[in-house]
Amino acid sequence: MSHQQVKFYQTGTLTVGNRLLDAEQRTVQATIDRSNSLDSGHRACQGCGEALGARYAIDTAMRETNNKVIAANATGCLEVFTTPYPETSWTLPWIHSLFGNAPAIGTGIAAAMKVKGREDIRVIAQGGDGGTTDIGFGCLSGMFERNDDVLYICYDNQGYMNTGVQRSSATPGGARTATTMPVGPEPGAEFDKGKNVPLIAMAHEIPYVATASIDRLHDLEAKVKKAMSFRGARYIQIFVPCPLGWGSAPAQTVNLARLAVESGIWPLFEGEYGEITSVTNIRKQVPVEEYLKPQRRFAHVVKNPEQLSAVQAIADRNIRKFSLLEEQE
Amino acid sequence: MLKQIEGSHGVSEAVALCRPEVICAYPITPQTHIVEDLGALVKSGKLKNCEYINVESEFAALSVGIGSSAAGARTYTATASQGMLFMAEAVYNASGLGLPIVMTVGNRSIGAPINIWNDQSDSMSMRDAGWIQLFVEDNQQAVDIHIQAFKIAEALSLPVMVCMDGFILTHAIEGIDVPDQKQVDKFLPSFVPRQILDPENPISIGAMVGPEAFTEVRYLAHQKQKEALKLIPKINEDFKQIFGRDSGGLISTFNVDDADTVIVTLGSVIGTIQEALDEQDENIGALTIRSFRPFPLEAIRSALKNVKRVVVFEKCFAVGIGGIVANNVRMALSGANIEVYEVIGGLGGRPITRKSLHKLFKDAVKDNLEVVTFLDLKKDVVERELKREKELIQSGSVAENVLRDGGVVSAAKTT
Amino acid sequence: MFQVRIHGRGGQGVVSAAEILSVAAFIEGKHSQAVPSFGSERMGAPVVSFCRIDDKPIRLREPIMEPDALIVQDPTLFNAIDVFAGLSKNGYLLINSKRSIKELGIANAIYLPEDKVRLVPATEIALHHIKRPLPNAVLLGALAAVTGVIQIDSVAEAIASKFPGKIGDFNIQAAEAAYKLLTHNNQEELTC
Repeated sequence: MSHQQVKFYQTGTLTVGNRLLDAEQRTVQATIDRSNSLDSGHRACQGCGEALGARYAIDTAMRETNNKVIAANATGCLEVFTTPYPETSWTLPWIHSLFGNAPAIGTGIAAAMKVKGREDIRVIAQGGDGGTTDIGFGCLSGMFERNDDVLYICYDNQGYMNTGVQRSSATPGGARTATTMPVGPEPGAEFDKGKNVPLIAMAHEIPYVATASIDRLHDLEAKVKKAMSFRGARYIQIFVPCPLGWGSAPAQTVNLARLAVESGIWPLFEGEYGEITSVTNIRKQVPVEEYLKPQRRFAHVVKNPEQLSAVQAIADRNIRKFSLLEEQE
Repeated sequence: MLKQIEGSHGVSEAVALCRPEVICAYPITPQTHIVEDLGALVKSGKLKNCEYINVESEFAALSVGIGSSAAGARTYTATASQGMLFMAEAVYNASGLGLPIVMTVGNRSIGAPINIWNDQSDSMSMRDAGWIQLFVEDNQQAVDIHIQAFKIAEALSLPVMVCMDGFILTHAIEGIDVPDQKQVDKFLPSFVPRQILDPENPISIGAMVGPEAFTEVRYLAHQKQKEALKLIPKINEDFKQIFGRDSGGLISTFNVDDADTVIVTLGSVIGTIQEALDEQDENIGALTIRSFRPFPLEAIRSALKNVKRVVVFEKCFAVGIGGIVANNVRMALSGANIEVYEVIGGLGGRPITRKSLHKLFKDAVKDNLEVVTFLDLKKDVVERELKREKELIQSGSVAENVLRDGGVVSAAKTT
Repeated sequence: MFQVRIHGRGGQGVVSAAEILSVAAFIEGKHSQAVPSFGSERMGAPVVSFCRIDDKPIRLREPIMEPDALIVQDPTLFNAIDVFAGLSKNGYLLINSKRSIKELGIANAIYLPEDKVRLVPATEIALHHIKRPLPNAVLLGALAAVTGVIQIDSVAEAIASKFPGKIGDFNIQAAEAAYKLLTHNNQEELTC
C-alpha cells in the first residue's frame, strides 16, 4: 500500500488517530469539507456497520471524482434506512431499482455516461450480501465479464438482515439465522456451503478486487481510492457487523470487525486482473473463540467443540491460503 | 424509401432512425433479427452515438435499460415470451419509476409447454404493469409505431411496448416505406428527461413509499395512462402530418358503421379477417384495437354502439375464466344490449384460416356460438385425454399424450 | 393473387427462395409477401416457405393452402409430408429431380395437365454453376420460365441484391441456365 504505515498500539480504545498522520494521509471523514454523501438522519440501527462502511466508501469515491458519482443501490438495509419516503439521506444522485439488479443498473448508468461523453462521472453500484452473492449474482457476473466501468461495493453482514435475519450464501458455517436455527447437536448454518464472491470476482480477472473491513478505515478508504483509479469492473467486499442480526452489542461493531480480521476469519487482500497484489498481515493471531463469543448467533458454536474446531479450521485455512501470518514487505 | 424487407429489419431501421443512445440485447425467438441488425448497425458506425450492450438475461436487459434511462439516455430493448416473464420484476419497476423505455415484443406464446410460435400471451401477461401497449397490424405499422412510441414514451415519461406478432410479422418480408432521417428528426426531438441522475442536481430515485402515500402514487399512474388516451391519437395525427400515414391511434375500424356484427381483434390477424369478410356478404365489420393499454373504453363503446353482437377474437386467454381482451371489451360495452362472444384462436401459432373464419362468421350471425369458443379445437383429442385422466391416476403428461394422439410423437406407448 | 409454396429441407435455401421471389416481384412494382413456415433452426428438417404476389396490397396472412405454383426442392419429402396438399387444379408444379414422375413414384398423386408439371435437374445445374447443391435460385429461374409470374431479369436483380458479389453472379447464372432450359423445353415433350 502506498499510504503511510503507522502502527498503532493503543489499548482500551480502538480509535485510529488522524493527528499522527500527514494532512493528506488523513481520512476523508476527518475533513470538514467531506461530501457527506450519506448524511445524518438515516434510520440505521445503533452500531450499524453498513452505515459506517457506506459513508466512508462513498465519500472517498466522491473526493476522488470531484464529487461526480452516481450510485445504484440494491434493495436492503442500506436502501431502506436511507430513503424512508419522503426523506432521503443521500446527497449524491442515487437510484434504487430492484433487489437483484444493482449491478445491471450500474452498467446502464455507465453506458449513458459514456454515450453522453461524460465518463468523468463515475458509477458505484452497491448492495448487501443478499443482493450481491445470491439474487444479484447473475447480473454481477454479467457486469464483471463485460468489464463495465462500475465499482461494485458489497456490504457483507452475512445474512438477509432487513427481512429478519435469514441465511444467505455469505452466512458462515455455524451461524444462527432465522432459516438456519441450531437444534441440538446440529449447527445453525451448515458448514461446507457458501460462496466466496471476492475470489469469484478474481476469477473474472477484472481490474481490481479487494476485501476491506470497517475496523481499519484508512485501509478501506485507500482501497476505494485505488479502485477509483481504475477503469472497468471493480469489486470491493466490506465486512460490516450487524448488531441486531448477529446478537452483538452495538458498541462492539468495530471490535468484532477487528477480531474477524485478526483471527483470519476475514482475510484482507487486493487483486488486479485475477492476481493477488497485496495481503494484510495478521499482527497477532487471535483464536476464533474470541471473535465468536460476543455474538449470540454463535452461542451454539462456542458450546460445541466440534463446531468450534470447524470454525477455527476455516480461519486457519484462510491464514494458510493467503499467507496472512508471513511478514509482508 | 420503399423497400422489400423483413419486418424485423424494418423495426431495426426504424429504431435506429430514432437515435437511441443505449440498446440492450438479449436474444429470444422471434426477436433475434431485430437485436442482431441493431448490433450490426452500431458496429458498422451507421448508428452513431449508441452503446450496444450484450447482456446476460432479459432481466439484465431491462435493468440495464432502467439504469441508462434514469441517467438520461434514450433507451431501447426487445423481448418475447419467456423473456418477458424473466424481466417481469423490471417491467413493473420501469413503469413505476416512470422511465420512457421503448421495447419491442415479438409476440410469442408462454410455456409450459414450450412453444416458439405466435400468440399474444406474453404482452397480455404484463397488461397490468403500467406500460403503454400498442399492437401493430402489419410491418409498415411496426416501423411507424416504433417511431411514435419514443415520442409517446417521452411525452408521458412512461415506458411503451410495441407488440408485433412473432414470425407472422417479424419474419415476413413485405414492402415497407422506411422514413428518412430528416422526417424522423422533425417528428422526434432529443430526449428531455422528466427526472435525471445528475451530480449537478442530485436526487434519490426509488424510495420506499408506505401506506400513507402508495395509493396516491398508483392512482397517478392510472391517471397518466388515461392522459395517454388523448395523447396517442394526437401523436398519430402529428405523425400523419409528416409521414402521410395513419398507423396508430387507439383503434381502427373496417365497415362498422352499418354492421350488425363486429369482429374485434388485435394485431396481424385483421388482414386475413378483412379478406374473409370481403369474400362473404353478411353485414359484418371489424375493429382492431391498436392501443390495448390504455384501453380505449370510450372509443370502442362509441364505435360499436349500434351493433347487435360483437365477436372478440383473441390470441390469448385467462386460464380459468376465458378471454382477456373479451372481458376488457365487455367493460367498454357494459350496460349496452350487445351480445359479446369470446373466440380464442391462433394459440401457439395455430394458423387462422379463411375457411375457419367463414364458419365462425356464419355461426356468429345466427347467434350459434358458445360464449367462449376455442377456434379449430380438436374436440376428439381433448375428449380422449379427459377420459384418460379419469381412468388412470398416472395418466402421464398432458402435452405428451396430446402430441402422441396427434401422431406427432411416434414413440411406443407405455400404457 | 399468385401464391407460391416452396418445400425443401433446412439448409437448402427454401426461405431465401421465397424472399428472392418476393423481391423480384417488388422490383416489378408489384406487392409481395414472403413468409417462412417457422421452426427451430435445424439443418435437414422439412421447411416450407410461402410467397404471395399481387397487384394490390396483400392482407392475407394464412399459410398458403391452395398454391398456384408448388416448388419442391427436395424429392425425398414426398415420403415425409403431403407436399401436394391444396395444389390448385390450374397450378404449376416444379420438382427438383433428374428422374421422371413415374420413377419418383408420384404419378398417382398428381392430377395436373402435363404442361403444368416440370422436372428440373436443379441440383445438377447448381453444382455446375455455383459448385454447391443449392437448387433454390435455379428453381426460381424455372418458375419465371414456366409461369411468367415474374421476369428472369427481376429474378437476377433480386438475387444480386441479396447475394452481392461472386455468389450472386453464380446463382444468377444458374437461374438463367434453368430459364433457358425450360423456355426451350416448353415446346418439347416432357419426361413423364
